[in-house]
Amino acid sequence: MARSNKPILWFPFAAGGLVAALIIPVLILITGVLVPLGLLHLPYEKMATFAHNPIGKLILFGAVALPAWHAAHRLRMTAHDLGLGGGVVVKTICYGSAWVLIVATAVTLIMV
Amino acid sequence: MSRRPYIRKVERGWWLGHRRYVVYMIRELSSLFVGLYCALLVLGLVRLAQGRAAWDGFLAVLSSPLGVLFQLICLAFAAYHSVTWFALTPKAMPLALRGEPVPPKAIVGMHYGVWAVVSLVVLIAAGI
Repeated sequence: MARSNKPILWFPFAAGGLVAALIIPVLILITGVLVPLGLLHLPYEKMATFAHNPIGKLILFGAVALPAWHAAHRLRMTAHDLGLGGGVVVKTICYGSAWVLIVATAVTLIMV
Repeated sequence: MSRRPYIRKVERGWWLGHRRYVVYMIRELSSLFVGLYCALLVLGLVRLAQGRAAWDGFLAVLSSPLGVLFQLICLAFAAYHSVTWFALTPKAMPLALRGEPVPPKAIVGMHYGVWAVVSLVVLIAAGI
């Protein structure tokens, strides 16, 4: 049977779709509405403590990396739908930007 | 051995002619804003790692008119992604319980329940 790399692409895609659906709206509600309105504060100490905590790191990584991968995969498919081709250029731009975000997140979380 | 697969040309505006296709494209476009917001989160994380002054600067960017406008657009698309994602779960992942198919509405409803709980937990953790 021919081996396919589809499951490797698909699992994080599906997980990312779910994580994005569950967590991104409330995060935007916080950073884009509640904080600007002054109803919520994100003090440096509290955020830094969270980012130092191993479980906090895992949550932050999952909340960024999975939706980023999901978005990249979906954008690649949409680019194809829009007639922009499904070639190396589109793949590089989509997955490349996702990898930049994922690596930047991982490095920052390790260093912080 | 050379292989030259036939690649059919895709008409760029094919989706404009029908409402369903336009709605489909809006749904797919939501991923662009989810991705852009992820980039904003990464920026925030980097600024947090750089220290207090950088973090406070990031908060100021979030609260700037442009920052709010950008995030409101992201919020609309992200919420649309949530709704459409939950709506398709029974089709993508049909469940059976003791041999009986779980009604699609129950699967969708369960997702909305989890969405509410996750949102509430995040809000409480953020200190609302």
